[in-house]
Amino acid sequence: MQHLARLEHETIFILREAFARVKPMAMLWSIGKDSTALLWMIRKAFFGHVPFPMIQLDTEMELPEVYEFRDRIADEWKLDFRAELCPPESEMDPTLAPASRAAARKTEGLKALLKRDRFRGIVLGIRRDEQSMRAKERVFSPRGEDGSWDFRNQPPEFWDLYKTDVPEGYHLRIHPLLHWTEIDIWRYTLQENIPIVPLYLSRDGWRYRSLGEKNITTPIRSEAASIEEIIVELEQTTVPERAGRTMDHDSEDSFERLRASGYM
Amino acid sequence: MEQSSPITTRNNQLKVVVAGHVDHGKSTLIGRLLHDTGSLPDGKVEELRKLSEKRGMPLEWSFVLDSFQAERDQAITIDTTWIWLRTLDRDTVIIDAPGHREFLKNMISGAANADAGLLVIDGLEGLKEQTRRHAYLLSLLAISQIVVVINKIDLLDDAEGRCRTIEADVRKYLGELGMEPQAVVPISARDGDNLVTRSARTAWYAGPTLVEAFSSFETELAADELPLRIIVQDVYKFDERRIIAGKVTAGTVRVGDTLLFSPHNRSAKVERLESFGRSAPLDMAVAGETVGIVLDEQIFVERGNVASHAEDPPVLSNVFHGNLFWLGDQPLRVGASLKMKAGTLEVPVFVRAIESLIDLDTLESHQADMVQRNDMATVRLATNAAIPVADGRADKVLGRFVLLDGFDTVAGGLIDLDGMPDQRVHSTIKATNIGRVKLLVDRAERELRQGHAGAVIWLTGLSGAGKSTLALRAERRLFDLGWRTFVIDGDNLRHGLSSDLAFSAADRAENIRRAGEVASLFASAGVVVLTALISPYSADRDRARAAASGCFHEVYVHASLGVCESRDAKGLYQRARAGEIADFTGISAPYEVPQSPHLVIDTEQADVDRCVDDLVAYIVKACSR
Repeated sequence: MQHLARLEHETIFILREAFARVKPMAMLWSIGKDSTALLWMIRKAFFGHVPFPMIQLDTEMELPEVYEFRDRIADEWKLDFRAELCPPESEMDPTLAPASRAAARKTEGLKALLKRDRFRGIVLGIRRDEQSMRAKERVFSPRGEDGSWDFRNQPPEFWDLYKTDVPEGYHLRIHPLLHWTEIDIWRYTLQENIPIVPLYLSRDGWRYRSLGEKNITTPIRSEAASIEEIIVELEQTTVPERAGRTMDHDSEDSFERLRASGYM
Repeated sequence: MEQSSPITTRNNQLKVVVAGHVDHGKSTLIGRLLHDTGSLPDGKVEELRKLSEKRGMPLEWSFVLDSFQAERDQAITIDTTWIWLRTLDRDTVIIDAPGHREFLKNMISGAANADAGLLVIDGLEGLKEQTRRHAYLLSLLAISQIVVVINKIDLLDDAEGRCRTIEADVRKYLGELGMEPQAVVPISARDGDNLVTRSARTAWYAGPTLVEAFSSFETELAADELPLRIIVQDVYKFDERRIIAGKVTAGTVRVGDTLLFSPHNRSAKVERLESFGRSAPLDMAVAGETVGIVLDEQIFVERGNVASHAEDPPVLSNVFHGNLFWLGDQPLRVGASLKMKAGTLEVPVFVRAIESLIDLDTLESHQADMVQRNDMATVRLATNAAIPVADGRADKVLGRFVLLDGFDTVAGGLIDLDGMPDQRVHSTIKATNIGRVKLLVDRAERELRQGHAGAVIWLTGLSGAGKSTLALRAERRLFDLGWRTFVIDGDNLRHGLSSDLAFSAADRAENIRRAGEVASLFASAGVVVLTALISPYSADRDRARAAASGCFHEVYVHASLGVCESRDAKGLYQRARAGEIADFTGISAPYEVPQSPHLVIDTEQADVDRCVDDLVAYIVKACSR
């Protein structure tokens, strides 16, 4: 089987395992390329249906193109779409570096959502190759009552026999894209002709490689104006994907602190 | 998936798990490998230099992997991590598993996903406990492609001699596990010798570099040619379609195929293979693909079922051996009741016996009455009903399981079916268009005339427990009371009705099935039939119970193995102990004690007359009219 086909079938298997065993479940759709590719595979896994809510943790700080894309896709694909408004930055831990505070807003938004709607499973489009902390994730990753990640004591994960039961109050983070790489996602997006936010493509010599809030993400210098050109660019680059994400560079352990306390 | 352009084509990635004793240099090796293959992002070496200086160390390659501050501060790896290496022909994913004993579960989480294993040995220290443990684990997980590196050759005085000694040791140990390394490469992880480029230090070494060794590995072998297996994940009714969602784990399924669903043995035809967003309908699916099946008939199917072709179905059994790795905080003991997951099936499972523990230094098995955390053991597991299973080395899905205690995953392992019979009911009625003829004499009339009911008195127990003696003497007594009786003895059947059967597990099961059916006919005729067969598996007895609908009486004739062996009237135990009889119940094959027999007769505690009295009294009470 081809590489992309194999990755796709593995993801569909994980999604169906989650849907069969973890209820109620929702997905965090960041509107970025990864979670949109994942949403595409959800429609394949469930034969044209999206049988659980798509939630955006909204800081109201996304770029306008993101909101425009979101509303169009939610309508076209008949999503059960919900925007979850995150608490303001003034309520965040002031000892966090400024860019991390924006991420903390999303963590708090997610906590509020879990508390109110009692989801047992949250599907996320994170990948192991994005960030070395994420490289240590399990496909089904249990979270404590406060949403914290006990990375020192993660449960074993044998083959694809996933952990699907957790005690009351806990929830599972489900990561069906963990085994994909950035370039895999682009190759798949191209092959399947999946719509993307146009900000990923170069305009006037700049493009976004990773999409975060407008106050904490910066575009990169790039002439890649099509997905084909992005793939060629990625085959040559040695610049990490999240270089444009300021929160990753605040201090040695900023991302570790964010993730341990429940960030995606 | 539609056709693809060159830009979307990529070879399958190779997943390699790195294993070895703590401090033998695994993380350093991976860090250096990332650097030498040009896989490190810009600024990473600079970042490492800064982190190392901050901690007063020389440049520490392992910091590439140690992403948690705690890992860097203690210079240990806490959890499994994945790292992508850019190699020419394909991507290689390195799965780094920590070497610490207490972190072994993470090593398994990593190793379980791998296509190949890389075993790192410190040239100064040679094979250590964790080297052995990890190598054994790779064999337990059926990872057969292995490369070994002997590290720190820059620190060895006589590198050649030392490497040859260690190579001989490791080849011998792996050989005992049935594994042969593709290469044993002398390296220095710190200096990069023989990783990507050939080292000037090892003129005596003619084998491949580590990266060359990687390129000789195969990614997962094609399973398309194996017998078809589809594990059912769910049944969807989102719209007017009823779609069975699952994954083909082996073989090929085509539209029009008749599928047999296990364990319940129902069949239907594949009418369509559903998909979404394709221009042309699917006409087949192969191993590794997820599928949506629409059947031509609305038969009952649920999550956990396994579909196959009728001519090559999976084994059904409610008892099997498990070669497992125990991770529970509490020791595992006989009698434990746990949950098992295999494929998409989840069922309660009972630990019937701890058959052996494995000593990793000598690879010898020894007896134990419990299994401690991080032990590797062979246990005997039983489920309530027969489930589709397979041998772990042959089937990467149905042959693998995890055990859960409450919410915790406490073990993982491979199924071993050695000596376990297939309990599939081959007598599913093959002929169609048959009904049942109603007789003009009914059961109640027969019972009224003779004063007692017909019944099957099913005596089960170890060889030598006294089943035949009791059956024969009880029959004599009942006959003398004027009852209509008969004895069906396992040995006697083999002279006629079962003369075509030998002693394979399947033949034994069939012999018992025939005995059950015949006994049922006798009982319908109004006769009290006493059967004397070991019938060690509860599934076989359940089948006899079902055949005798409503007049089946299970009698457990009990005597301990020691007592039975000392009686040994037929000399069978002696021959079994000598290895002349394979799969002998109690010695080399299991006996499943009845869970709720109608009567237990203990021939060890009471003398024969007393036992016959008890049996006759029971029958008279149960069957008199």
